[in-house]
Amino acid sequence: MNLFSAEAIEDIREKQAAWEANELAATLNSRPEEKAAYETECGIPLKRIYTAADVAGIPAGDLGFPGAYPFTRGAYPTMYRGRPWTIRQVAGFGNPEATNQRYKYMIQTGQTGLSTDFDLPTLLGLDSDDPMAFGEVGRVGVAIDTVDDVDRLFDGIDLEKISVSLTINPSAWVIYAMFVAVAERRGYDLTKLTGTLQADPLKEYVAQKEWIYPVRPAVRLLRDLIMHSAKTTPKLNPISLSGYHLSDVGGNALQEIAFIMAFTIAYCEEVIAAGMDIDDFAPRLSFFFISHQDFFEQICKFRAARRVYARIMSEQFHAKKPESMRLRVHVQTAAMSLTKVEHHNNLMRTAIQALGAVLGGCQSMHTNGLDEAFAIPTEEAMKLAIRTQQIIRDEINVTSVIDPLGGSYFVERLTHDMETEIWKVLDEVKERGGAIKLVEEGWFQQKLADSAYATFKKIDSGEKVSVGVNRHVDETSGSAEVHIHPYDDQCTQLQIDRLNAVRTERDNGLVKQLLAELAEQAQSDDINLLPKTIELVKARATLGEICSALREVWGSYAEPMIV
Amino acid sequence: MTDMNTISQGDAARAEIDVNAPGSIRVLVAKLGLDGHDRGAKVVARILRDAGMEVVYTGLYKSPKDVVTAAIQEDVDVIGVSLLSGSHLPLFQELGRCLREKQAEHIFVVAGGVIPEHDYAALSDSGVDAIVPQEARGDLIVTTIRKLIAERGLK
Repeated sequence: MNLFSAEAIEDIREKQAAWEANELAATLNSRPEEKAAYETECGIPLKRIYTAADVAGIPAGDLGFPGAYPFTRGAYPTMYRGRPWTIRQVAGFGNPEATNQRYKYMIQTGQTGLSTDFDLPTLLGLDSDDPMAFGEVGRVGVAIDTVDDVDRLFDGIDLEKISVSLTINPSAWVIYAMFVAVAERRGYDLTKLTGTLQADPLKEYVAQKEWIYPVRPAVRLLRDLIMHSAKTTPKLNPISLSGYHLSDVGGNALQEIAFIMAFTIAYCEEVIAAGMDIDDFAPRLSFFFISHQDFFEQICKFRAARRVYARIMSEQFHAKKPESMRLRVHVQTAAMSLTKVEHHNNLMRTAIQALGAVLGGCQSMHTNGLDEAFAIPTEEAMKLAIRTQQIIRDEINVTSVIDPLGGSYFVERLTHDMETEIWKVLDEVKERGGAIKLVEEGWFQQKLADSAYATFKKIDSGEKVSVGVNRHVDETSGSAEVHIHPYDDQCTQLQIDRLNAVRTERDNGLVKQLLAELAEQAQSDDINLLPKTIELVKARATLGEICSALREVWGSYAEPMIV
Repeated sequence: MTDMNTISQGDAARAEIDVNAPGSIRVLVAKLGLDGHDRGAKVVARILRDAGMEVVYTGLYKSPKDVVTAAIQEDVDVIGVSLLSGSHLPLFQELGRCLREKQAEHIFVVAGGVIPEHDYAALSDSGVDAIVPQEARGDLIVTTIRKLIAERGLK
């Protein structure tokens, strides 16, 4: 059944034709439009007005109801009336104690979930005393070397009560092991732990570019993590499929969703091939998207993504549980849109993007600090970012009605068009041999690099507007000196001292033996590496030691040189 | 192709190079340290290539020593480093030290990425010849490099 009757549509078409011939033609004659053609950021053509005729062909079943297949109108039946989205600002810098202090400040300001950024050595599986860690310890996130650091990170925070998101990727399985070990040490019930690991390897090779091993072993580690977590920590999301980063390296909205869905399909195939039923792990797959500048395109993107995901899970993987088909998404506003020039403008940009995420139905959100174009946000900037979400949530009454833009001719048409384009990409990926193969070949990387360059050209030519930078430029305003979060120079030495202490105190014979056992297990594809890794972190093996042991088995990743 | 002999003849010959001629300038676009943000580096590589320069891209995760070795092997005029991880001070200091150690100080160093203005002076002391601001247009990046090469005789 379609949304409107055939007669009504016919009537609208006739009246529109008359309007175009008369009122519109006269106006265009006296005052031409500013541009010859209008389109969304990702290139979908836009009409000047949408009517019922534009949605007449869309089946009513494409919309459905919130919390029910195909989830276009929202993930849950009551949405924000039942539970507002989680305000989840990411934080992480310096030693674990420094981040812990920031967490306590943010909880006090009204934050409702925690989120951790790790420093580059931790992400890449290097200890703080590794030569390649030079200058990077505790810089863009918190430094973690051993299980004791994870304990310090969450000191005084009840992990049964607050959900914790861990932005960790290539070394995710080790951080998970440390998290579980700390929870056990504190006597928590593992089945009560809530939170999310990012742990999305394919997007690393194409976008965020943090890797340790070649592609296939990295996917195997994720498979092991998903399967172990489903049994041991059933309320924890072992992966957050991260379109955000695809956008961050230049991908448009279609590429963000289509590529991430291609990765989702690849991961599901791996886990199913290892013998797990789709309904035993799919409910814990979670997503992370950007909320970017093209307001309506972004809202439609969230709606289209929910529908595509529901269809993949139902039609391709024959999931039975509704939870397996429900796309839950954490959203971050677009760091790429922030400018150094007139940095206060970033507050407005972020507020509008955050509103888009709410109208698109997000489950949790990070709003960027106005100083994120410079460095790690200060406490003051984070407070403003949290306040932005609180104003949207509590002052402007946008949370009372679910999917308030649903039924808008334009929004439904654009959602439909985006879905169509996403399926085209997914069909191409399938024809070319699937996501894992294409990541190895650099196919996604080339598409994203091309898109980034096209975007740059648009900014450079002034076609894409950045207020204060290439339009409405005020030569006198320049770039104000903002207070920048300081870097603690003592941070590296403290981590190194602690590593040295751990290496003297622990049973080194046991660590050596366990590392050898882990390397042995890694050689056969059908052993889950998590139990041994948990044993290792409990024996206080370091993150770097564990990651190196597997590097010796699997080797390192060699990047295809794509410019 | 760049005439290698001309390059090795020193400053006087250098000043006569037509910096606008295709292939007259060779650039190594480099990523230093563990910073994985390569969007900017790749876009800059294409901008320079479109402007007629010969461009070599290092790929990710290069130590200052790796970058200097590659710059000497590739016989480049300029090393362009994009850094967004906040580790620019220690990494550029180390890059400068490696260049001196290999007596390759004739290679210009241009920095870009997320670099706060209050670090500009310290970077200059470390041997960075020019810093391209975050929101620079493509032509500014190109002219910055051409200007450095053109003025080398005066340096």
